[in-house]
Amino acid sequence: MAEAGKTLHLEVITPDAAVLHEDVDFILVRALDGDLGIMPNHAPLIASLSIWPLCYDKGGSRGCVTVAGGFLEVHGNTVTVITPASEKPEDIDLERAIESEKRAEALLAKHAADLDETRAQASLQRALRRIDVARKYGKQ
Amino acid sequence: MPSAREINRRIKSVTNTQQITKAMKMVSSVRLRRAQERALATAPYTEKMEGMLRRLSAVSPDSGNPLFQSRDDVKKTCYIIIGADKGLAGAFNANINKTMVSVLKDKPRSASVLFVSGRKPAEYLKHLRITPDEKWSGFSDKPQLINAQEIAHLATQKFLDGEVDEVYVIYTHFKTALSQEAKIVKMLPISQEEQAGDQGPREEYLFAPDASQVLDSLLPQYLDLFIYNSLLQSAASELGARMTAMTSATDNAGELIEKLTVTYNKVRQAGITNELTEIVSGANALK
Repeated sequence: MAEAGKTLHLEVITPDAAVLHEDVDFILVRALDGDLGIMPNHAPLIASLSIWPLCYDKGGSRGCVTVAGGFLEVHGNTVTVITPASEKPEDIDLERAIESEKRAEALLAKHAADLDETRAQASLQRALRRIDVARKYGKQ
Repeated sequence: MPSAREINRRIKSVTNTQQITKAMKMVSSVRLRRAQERALATAPYTEKMEGMLRRLSAVSPDSGNPLFQSRDDVKKTCYIIIGADKGLAGAFNANINKTMVSVLKDKPRSASVLFVSGRKPAEYLKHLRITPDEKWSGFSDKPQLINAQEIAHLATQKFLDGEVDEVYVIYTHFKTALSQEAKIVKMLPISQEEQAGDQGPREEYLFAPDASQVLDSLLPQYLDLFIYNSLLQSAASELGARMTAMTSATDNAGELIEKLTVTYNKVRQAGITNELTEIVSGANALK
């Protein structure tokens, strides 16, 4: 597998804190135009991300964090993700996520005239992805 | 000369005031520390985002994004005023109000759109009989990103709709707990020259999906962050100003208590001397 010095340094930064600081072997994210896999020695890249979990492989095991949009920059062997919100699976409050999913769905179902459709959709997406990550990678 | 009992009463009341100011001082110093930490925690995020923006601007110098376009004829200007919800913070609110008035006074009311965050500046505007176009309150000392997003979203919308031609933010820049400075900064249009900057040798970047699309989605987030930073700075400044004000109030109360105690002792001593003289002269008269 990964040789020495052939790892990526992954940083996930939100306005309030650095969520993740780790050396990993492989990163999988979803950009606006599709999935993106990043391995060591990748060319410099800037990408906009969709609301979709970011997964990374580290020593044969897979980890995941939620990413609520934002951007990814690859430079050298450092990958920096800046996003308005990101959570580790163990930090996700599953009940709250389910609640906000219901709220967003109710909002979308009402078809109110003054509804900000994009925002409601985004909030639904965030809630769904958080539920996914929490179910799959959180404490059983 | 007031009586000893009156002085005693005053000492008690000043002691009570001192206790309150001391408690407020301690509360605000703890919260200041937290606010400072939060203001510092956004620094790496801001740095990265500005770095990306610079790189993107360098790649697509004339992206044509409307947020970059400055308009020659500025008819209406939007001011986002960030102040505090509560008083007792020294000159903090007065400084913001002064700065606000300095930009508003030369203009007719119809030439500006006012967004006000914080109860105090809103109250001051009410006093001047000006109704702000939007106002928010309740988060002046603990702003969240969502508050910033709401403000930035509204301001950007007004700018894009052509309702306003420029957007400025009036906030208090936090230098140290002792010194803060009210500032006026331009938020929109974003000046591209400043962002493009001199980068020296540049590396070739790949973009996904492409540079202009990334830029289009980056800019709104940059603006959110811009407001968020101003809110955080303002929160730290408010708490810093309050801490300084309360520290000096506590000190002043201490001095006052000392002075009053001296006067109290003098009055008490005078009373005793007086009584003694009376007793001695009474005893003498009986001889």
